[in-house]
Amino acid sequence: MKAFTYERAKSPAAAAAAVAGQPGAKFLAGGTNLLDLMKLQIETPTHLVDVQDLKLDRIEPTADGGLRVGAFVSNTALAADARVRRDYAVLTRAIVAGASGQLRNKATTAGNLLQRTRCPYFYDTNQPCNKRRPGSGCAALGGYSRQLAVIGTSDACIATYPGDMAVALRVLDAGVETIDAHGAARTILLAEFHHSPGDTPHLETALAPGELITAVTLPPPVGGHHVYRKVRDRASYAFALVSVAAIIQPDGSGRVAFGGVAPKPWRSDAADAALPEGATAVTARAFADARPTADNKFKIALATRTLAATIAQARPA
Amino acid sequence: MKFDTPAGINPIDRMKVVGVAHDRVDGKFKTTGMAPYAYERHDVAPGQLYGFILGSAIAKGHIAAIHTTHAESAPGVRAVVTYANAGKLGKGSKNTANLLAGPEIEHYHQAVAIVVADTFEAARSAAALIDVDYVRGTGHFDLAAAAPTAPLHSEDKDKSKPAVLDRVGDFEAAFAAAPVTLDATYTTPDEAHAMMEPFATVASWSGDKLTVWTSNQMIAWAHDDLAQTLGIAKENLRVNSPFIGGGFGGKLFLRADAVMAALGAKAAGRPVKVAMTRPMMFNNSTHRPATIQRIRLGATRGGKLTSISHISTSGNLPDGSPETATAQTKLLYAAPNRLIGTRLAVLDLPEGNAMRAPGEASGLMALEIAMDEMAEKLGMDPVEFRIVNDTQEDPEKPGRLFSQRQLIRCLRDGAARFDWSARNPRPGNTRDGDQLIGLGVATAFRNNLNVTSGARVRLGHDGVVTVETDMTDIGTGSYTIIAQTAAEMMGVPLDRVVVRLGDSSFPVSAGSGGQFGAGSSTSGVYAACVKLREAIAQNLGVNSADAVFEDGHVRSGNRRVALADAVRGGEIVAEDTMHWGDLDKEYQQSTFGAHFVEVAVDAFTGEIRVRRMLAVCAAGRVLNPKTARSQVIGAMTMGVGGALMEELAVDTRFGFFVNHDLAGYEVPVHADIPHQEVIFLDEADDKVSPMKAKGIGELGLCGVAAAVANAVYNATGVRVRDYPITLDKHLEKLPALIQALTIRNVCEKAK
Ligand SMILES: Cc1cc2nc3c(=O)[nH]c(=O)nc-3n(C[C@H](O)[C@H](O)[C@H](O)COP(=O)(O)OP(=O)(O)OC[C@H]3O[C@@H](n4cnc5c(N)ncnc54)[C@H](O)[C@@H]3O)c2cc1C
Ligand code: SF4
Repeated sequence: MKAFTYERAKSPAAAAAAVAGQPGAKFLAGGTNLLDLMKLQIETPTHLVDVQDLKLDRIEPTADGGLRVGAFVSNTALAADARVRRDYAVLTRAIVAGASGQLRNKATTAGNLLQRTRCPYFYDTNQPCNKRRPGSGCAALGGYSRQLAVIGTSDACIATYPGDMAVALRVLDAGVETIDAHGAARTILLAEFHHSPGDTPHLETALAPGELITAVTLPPPVGGHHVYRKVRDRASYAFALVSVAAIIQPDGSGRVAFGGVAPKPWRSDAADAALPEGATAVTARAFADARPTADNKFKIALATRTLAATIAQARPA
Repeated sequence: MKFDTPAGINPIDRMKVVGVAHDRVDGKFKTTGMAPYAYERHDVAPGQLYGFILGSAIAKGHIAAIHTTHAESAPGVRAVVTYANAGKLGKGSKNTANLLAGPEIEHYHQAVAIVVADTFEAARSAAALIDVDYVRGTGHFDLAAAAPTAPLHSEDKDKSKPAVLDRVGDFEAAFAAAPVTLDATYTTPDEAHAMMEPFATVASWSGDKLTVWTSNQMIAWAHDDLAQTLGIAKENLRVNSPFIGGGFGGKLFLRADAVMAALGAKAAGRPVKVAMTRPMMFNNSTHRPATIQRIRLGATRGGKLTSISHISTSGNLPDGSPETATAQTKLLYAAPNRLIGTRLAVLDLPEGNAMRAPGEASGLMALEIAMDEMAEKLGMDPVEFRIVNDTQEDPEKPGRLFSQRQLIRCLRDGAARFDWSARNPRPGNTRDGDQLIGLGVATAFRNNLNVTSGARVRLGHDGVVTVETDMTDIGTGSYTIIAQTAAEMMGVPLDRVVVRLGDSSFPVSAGSGGQFGAGSSTSGVYAACVKLREAIAQNLGVNSADAVFEDGHVRSGNRRVALADAVRGGEIVAEDTMHWGDLDKEYQQSTFGAHFVEVAVDAFTGEIRVRRMLAVCAAGRVLNPKTARSQVIGAMTMGVGGALMEELAVDTRFGFFVNHDLAGYEVPVHADIPHQEVIFLDEADDKVSPMKAKGIGELGLCGVAAAVANAVYNATGVRVRDYPITLDKHLEKLPALIQALTIRNVCEKAK
């Protein structure tokens, strides 16, 4: 860990200005990802701007009948919210499938969205990694890649976005509200929030430097049966090999997003449209362009079977 | 004392304290934070500095230059030690690779430097400023690639003799003639001990005298090897390790934390404290080596084995030893024709060495699947097949009996208890909703070893009995069973015994390893107590043979004297060491058990979850049923890890274990572990020791993974021979019926 300075910002605009104004500055929320990475010298911010005093810890209704979730709302609070459990159950299910009780108490909505990959080579500073050290190469290509992505990758990086919550947010068509150093606000659709790696796997999101997430918005409820199914090697406390977030309507139509398979929550219109035809049809479309490694090609079959299980769960015989 | 004839009746047989399920005597210290672990020894030496160890970034090669000036001038830094300024170091007799690298690098994350600073953060941050110019050498990292040319390994100390396969009868002819045969190859991966407490040491010099407060299972080995590594006299070194947060064999040996802390403390002129960071715990340390095991079995149609062959290949650094995965095959099942051996490839991965039940744990992972496969080929129940091939004598040395062997009872009692008869012998045919259900069994087998073990016992003025021995308690319950032993021998309640462990100033004991710790160390305490009883009897002027020690008194004829009265003239101290005669040559001394497991496999996703586990163990007298049970359920948990998830992933290009943290190296969590039941047969083995007890802590692990694997097969009908059995290995072969019906139905239903 490198020495750094620390401040607690008093307003969202001031926080954004503080980070934008100093190269190497970062926001600090729950710290459950950032501090771990700092201890390993993977992240080396010079200055931390703590967002805990920004009063971004409320969940409130929006004018159009949806919900606005403050960036600092903890994962625990979000999962437990009665409105979320009733109208956006896939979100509750995804959150409680992640990490552990203690971590969810500390983890925040914005921090969770921005958690970084769990590629083991990213975690070892002795190894080449384009995401950690642009231009150094990708040790995972040709290496141990069982956990890594099968689609949406590039020759520069095959890491996954590892989180669960964002997969549910993707299927809910959530938006990400931000404010920049000049106080300008905008909303980024979750679909456009995480970037494909291309030649620049270190640039992971649509956020500009210093842009602060203030909230995540959920559109009005769409009904249907909400399922989140996470498959992993042990029963708890592990990242997904494959996860499926699905909202299935009584007529068999619906939406589906996959986690653990790509650099972002993976969803496509074509795949959604195939849902009434069953799991195989969906994954044939969703994974048409897959480029798995020998280690992780099982994820495609697993995605199909997990989706089949999800459909079965949503529409019991 | 020498144990060379079977034990007669002795005071332990009273079983007033021994054999009772006492809580751990150290439990309250641990649960209240009063048991200080090595890194918490703030009190032992004032002015402690912090050390941070830098590990090698390459697996094989050498250091062309190491630049430490930036680190040395970083804030708070007191010293930086590398091979360039460490002075000449030796190597411990139990270490394969050097604990400080340079200029040669022998494996990834081998220590190349320690930075000593005022704070941990300052030391860590400065370590990142050390610039090392490495020259990569070519190394061998791929066991599968090296296996075909790996030479046979000889267990003979005389290395000039050519290594040969261990032969009994004519295996090839018998195997060729057998009507039913199996020839299959199994693999087990490299595994990490992944103990909770990392390596940690506080080192403090006073002139040329060094004390280390550390975390080590074998005080005497650490004492010898640290003195040897540093080139100091053993008298000038004290090693102290009273509480240990798990070891599983990972702390059998002197490791880099102790050496680097000592070097850092010397360079800084102040005490230094070091804990190894978790990401370095996997490549800097030792691990259980991967194996490739070929097993051939030949049997009559009636199910009698006529031929057994087991050849295991593992790798290690030059001069390292093999994983002796064939150990149990020499002793477990009868068959007149046998061919057994180990091959050892040179690999430049980190050092392979003992992990809980070395040899048998890996060997049974393979052998007990093979037995399951063979039973199926024969159309026999797997329990019956094992029973038919049981033996009461050493299969390699007919006439040499086991001291006690109740494997059949373990299997039969377990089968009854587990409702084994409900198992469907046709695999892939039992469903519970979306779950495929399977039952599996495996034999547990582990040798009992006895190791020389000493203790000192003192009867104080207050009538308190104090035991001192360098035995360690690695979370197993040594404190408790030693206290029970002394209490039983001296006829005092448990709370009148104080046990002090883990210090090189105490008599040398067996230490904790190879499941020999409990039986050997309590036997050492027994020997010392016999001496103490004699001294007390003499003091009281009674014949020690007639003296009965009970209820805090010594009784002889009509005389009854309080123990405290025996020490009016001063406390009495006795010390003795238990030595072992040839009874282990005369009789094969082993422990036995049977593991039964029920699993559920998700028909859609292939996820495997254990539902139920039962272990039936026959291991001589159980010294404390509570601590013994804890050992076995912990071992069963470790077995589930080995079966389903634990694997150090090797990067065969760069030569290291990639998943080197606890997120990447998965061990079972609570949610993975279901109901576990443990049964101990009521035994007392008079040929092993005066305690009549054998090891348990490793037996509990042996066979578990195979029982899980066999249950998975019974559930799915897909045989996976490569551990760990992760879902990707059977996913696409799961019963066609389920895929076709369930998934199609579901998909159509959704239309
Ligand atoms: C052991 C372990 C297991 C885990 N398992 C899972 C799992 O199974 N599934 C899962 O989904 N997750 C898992 N996680 C990840 C966990 O969900 C994240 O660490 C957590 O959500 C991050 O939130 P935080 O508030 O602590 O973020 P921080 O660590 O504080 O921040 C993370 C990033 O977000 C940035 N940031 C924070 N707030 C803002 C803001 N308002 N605007 C802009 N940028 C901001 C920070 O600068 C930083 O870059 C696990 C984590 C651990 C340590
Ligand atoms: S996959 Fe991405 S994160 Fe992993 S090593 Fe390659 S570049 Fe780095």
